[in-house]
Amino acid sequence: MPGVIVLDVRDVVVSFDGNVVLDHVSIHIERGETVALLGPSGSGKSTLLRVIAGILEPNAGTVTVDGRDITHLPTHSRSVGMVFQDEQLFPHLSVADNVAFGLKVAGVRPAERRHRSEELLDAVGLGGLASRSIDNLSGGERKRVALARSLAPNPSLLLLDEPLTGLDRELHDRLATELAAVLHERGTTALWVTHDRGEAQAIAARSIVFTI
Amino acid sequence: MVSPRAGQLRIAQPNRLPVWFRAMVSVPPVLFLSVFYVWPFLTLVVRGLAGPDAFDLLVEARTWRVVWFTTWQAAASTLLTLAVGLAPAWATARYHFPGRRLLLSAVTAVFVLPTVVIGAAMIAVLPAALERTVWAILAAHVVFNLAVVVRTVGTSWAVIPPDLEHAARTLGASPWQTFRSITLPVLRPAITAAGAIVFLFSFTSFGVVRVLGGGNRNTIEVEIWRRATQLGDISGAATLTIVQLVALAAVVAWSSKVQRRTATTLGSAGTHRFSVRPTGQTRRRVAAAASVAALIVVVPLIALVERSLWNGETYSFVAWRSLGNNEIRPGLNIGIDPLAALRTSLTTAAWATGFALVIGATAVVAISTLGRRSSRVLDTGLMLPLGTSAVTIGFGMLITFDHDPVDWRAAWWLVPVGHALVATPFVVRNSLGVLRSISPDQRHAAATLGATPIRAWSATTLPALRRPLATGAGLAAAVSLGEFGATSFLSRSGNETLPIAIDRLLGRTGRLFQAQAFALASILAAVTIVLVVAIDAGGDRARRS
Amino acid sequence: MTNARGRTRPVALSLLVLATLTACGDDSEGGDGGAAGAGPCGAAAEPGDSPGVGGDRADGESVTLVAYESFPTDPENPVVEALAAFTAETGVEVEILIAGDTGTMLSKATLTAGNPEGDVMWGIDNTFLSRSIDGCVFEPYAAVALTDLPSEFTQLVPGREATPVDFGDVCVNYDIAALEAAGVAPPTSWEDLTSAEYAGMLVVQNPATSSPGLAFLMGTVAAFGEDGWAAYWSDLVANDVLVVDGWSQAYYEAFSWAGGDRPLVVSYGSSPPFEVLFATEALDAAPTGVVESTCVRQVEFAGILRGTEHLGAARQLIDFLVSPAFQQVVALNLFVFPVHPDVELDQTFIDYAAIPESPVSLDPAVIDEHREEWIDEWSRLVQGN
Repeated sequence: MPGVIVLDVRDVVVSFDGNVVLDHVSIHIERGETVALLGPSGSGKSTLLRVIAGILEPNAGTVTVDGRDITHLPTHSRSVGMVFQDEQLFPHLSVADNVAFGLKVAGVRPAERRHRSEELLDAVGLGGLASRSIDNLSGGERKRVALARSLAPNPSLLLLDEPLTGLDRELHDRLATELAAVLHERGTTALWVTHDRGEAQAIAARSIVFTI
Repeated sequence: MVSPRAGQLRIAQPNRLPVWFRAMVSVPPVLFLSVFYVWPFLTLVVRGLAGPDAFDLLVEARTWRVVWFTTWQAAASTLLTLAVGLAPAWATARYHFPGRRLLLSAVTAVFVLPTVVIGAAMIAVLPAALERTVWAILAAHVVFNLAVVVRTVGTSWAVIPPDLEHAARTLGASPWQTFRSITLPVLRPAITAAGAIVFLFSFTSFGVVRVLGGGNRNTIEVEIWRRATQLGDISGAATLTIVQLVALAAVVAWSSKVQRRTATTLGSAGTHRFSVRPTGQTRRRVAAAASVAALIVVVPLIALVERSLWNGETYSFVAWRSLGNNEIRPGLNIGIDPLAALRTSLTTAAWATGFALVIGATAVVAISTLGRRSSRVLDTGLMLPLGTSAVTIGFGMLITFDHDPVDWRAAWWLVPVGHALVATPFVVRNSLGVLRSISPDQRHAAATLGATPIRAWSATTLPALRRPLATGAGLAAAVSLGEFGATSFLSRSGNETLPIAIDRLLGRTGRLFQAQAFALASILAAVTIVLVVAIDAGGDRARRS
Repeated sequence: MTNARGRTRPVALSLLVLATLTACGDDSEGGDGGAAGAGPCGAAAEPGDSPGVGGDRADGESVTLVAYESFPTDPENPVVEALAAFTAETGVEVEILIAGDTGTMLSKATLTAGNPEGDVMWGIDNTFLSRSIDGCVFEPYAAVALTDLPSEFTQLVPGREATPVDFGDVCVNYDIAALEAAGVAPPTSWEDLTSAEYAGMLVVQNPATSSPGLAFLMGTVAAFGEDGWAAYWSDLVANDVLVVDGWSQAYYEAFSWAGGDRPLVVSYGSSPPFEVLFATEALDAAPTGVVESTCVRQVEFAGILRGTEHLGAARQLIDFLVSPAFQQVVALNLFVFPVHPDVELDQTFIDYAAIPESPVSLDPAVIDEHREEWIDEWSRLVQGN
């Protein structure tokens, strides 16, 4: 049901040692929408994601998700997922265990976990790689695992921090379309950070542009 | 209540571990250190400095000659050990080759042999012209401390992606330039850590200096021992203990500062090892580096076995045969049961390793989760026992734990606790580097998946800690097996450990005793090699599973 | 309290726990060392206490015998078996506590005087005796058998703080084969050691760190006087004497019999018989000999540690230690000679050990008074610092 606001960021201020990185930033995202956050390096895109994820606390302003003020909530109770630029896969866990991590933390039973992670791996096109070690994945495969992992706990909002960096042009374009389709099919509300105008157009109907 | 205001400079970290958790992990190391080190140390020093002429020593020229010799030989030993140890550290960290694990274990075994034994082995090996010169002391320190450099630097070297160096090469850097400008800076925290430990050990060298110093080259440690035990001059010993500690505290503080400043975050979570089989040209270089290390540690080990078989004129197994045979002839008994000594050593080492692991692991966690100042205090504090004269700790315990409710002088666990005091820094040093190389985003990633701060921390940190903790445990066990410092100043009833048994045998007249001492030293070395191999293998499995 | 302050809380918390613990410890400290009474060492033992031997059986009581590191602890060793016989006779259990080398053992006893680690101490020698008496380590006691012992030994402790239990001699030893090979006869006097014939042959221990080294230095003082010993040492240095740290280094690394290159070494009068007894291959004759005129006598003492809670049992144990039953196991197991004149020695000892007629000996009080001064002067003279 479009029109319902999932993410509402108001007047967020972040400054490091006196340098203002985010100066009264306000954005909002509606349910099921994938929004591209576009801007050059250093424009504060990643900082905003970290504020929304609760990795960084803002100096001022509020972050609301599904009508709940989460500005001072710790990351794990926000139901905000995140795909990191460098994936941050857990090196000691297999592909399936990486994907199932969020389910395990939530106390989902092993059989159910296995089922859901297999289903997600199928969805991102990695069916059959469940028991693979993280060390033996290609760049594109790592990105897919990262997406599947962040989708597993069914977050209210998914943040993607330049999720396609480091891939060759052809793979980049193919994956952008595929991942956007996965998000769309699942009705995920997503904020996708990129510095690439073409990528923004390919994955989102709406873009927010940051400038320095 | 925390309510951020606009314009406030500091950004809060909302996912910090809760205070109760940080307090809980800092209690064991702080308590352990305070009760078993700080308290006895202060008790002895206060007692010693109560005398009216406590500081008279400080104006004597002899004292400063000892301080000067201690310092320069430690600096020279450190530089030499680093120079010799870097090549084998590179070879064993970067490449798989036959005998690699055995080499690492042999290097470690030498590190834990009692100094008396190494000193004797060095005399057997070195040409007569070098015996009882300062070169003999430096050479012994290199042989001893090689393991510290090879293992500490190797652990860090193993997790540097080779492409980092390849990148530099493609930018036109020669191998030497690449090493100087890329590898060395990345390794600097590990090199500093290893250097600091080698310096500590050389600075406080006791057995080696007594055996090889010819009696007129004294380190501060030997001088403290001489004053406290042979002259009964506790106040002089206390004064020198403080001099030694001040000097070392400065070095340790400096090294932790350098380590923190130069710590680099590598892309991997610190558990991935990049090692391959050497090919082509590299094979020769790896072989050369490994052979040098092998020669340095194997020659003294062979000398041990050789001396256990030599009876002055011919070789025979009589010392080995008589090991279990306590009664030499009717009414004549050796008075030392080697098998019981071995059992005592193993039991003590097991307890000491357990203590060191618990204290070391909680300390590592505490150091990495506490605020900067607290963690620095704890970090430096844990290193201090290494730099404190063994006599001071031993005598301090004696006069501190002498009344209810701490009447522990005769407690069986005081010896393993003493070992753990010396072994804990090995657990900590080994793990801290790895822990610092883990990207904080690993924790953040876990948090975005719904993990609480503690869960996120344990899910990402503990698996990475398993390997360095296993390595640290191996070193701790080895340190305990060879420990001949503080605990030799604690009184004991019942069986002696192997190093003490060896020392007793070497203190008696009769070739049989001498040969048996070397037989026991060979056994100690063998046990250590087996132990270190097993723990290394365990660590590898833990990493793979 | 702001969040910034919160950082220091965990360590502060731990320190609080520690402070509590330390405070508990301090509270009880007032309990010990309270004994104050006549004499420089506090209260003497209660006067009515009876000597040990012949006293009642004291089943279940236990005394701790503190000893130096070469004291046997193996239950099968005859020394330990003899102590078991004492237990069978008196009911008093004996636990052996090893406290380190003699110097370390005495330093510990001095630090803990009044609240000792054990009840009886074995093995303080005459070079350390004065220090132990000045440090109020012992509780005086006159052993029952004291009158049986030679006055040569008993006169050393007129205050009866400790009881002589064994003696030995520190003498120059020589390697018979090596001297033969070099074509020289064994030396026979102190002066021989400085003659060109024996240049580069002698190894001695540093008196600052070694008990036989100190005894040898004291021997030269006794032989050449307080004014003459320094000149003698200058001659020794000119004759290329080698100084090493301890007995093991001298005997096992420098002495030619054990693989070194020096045929003369400062060791013990009992070293030759032990070379026979503990040879790797059976020997018909001792391979080493002793220069008897260089022998310096060392006497070892046992004493009751002041502050013991088992005074009666401790006295019984002292009586036992000087009784023939214990004295006869001393020689073979502790490398020394028994003080009790009724004890017969093992034949090997009679054959190979040197018990010189008139060894050099120094008054413990003189040793103690000048030890540090002589060692310092020796260091300047011999080692240049």
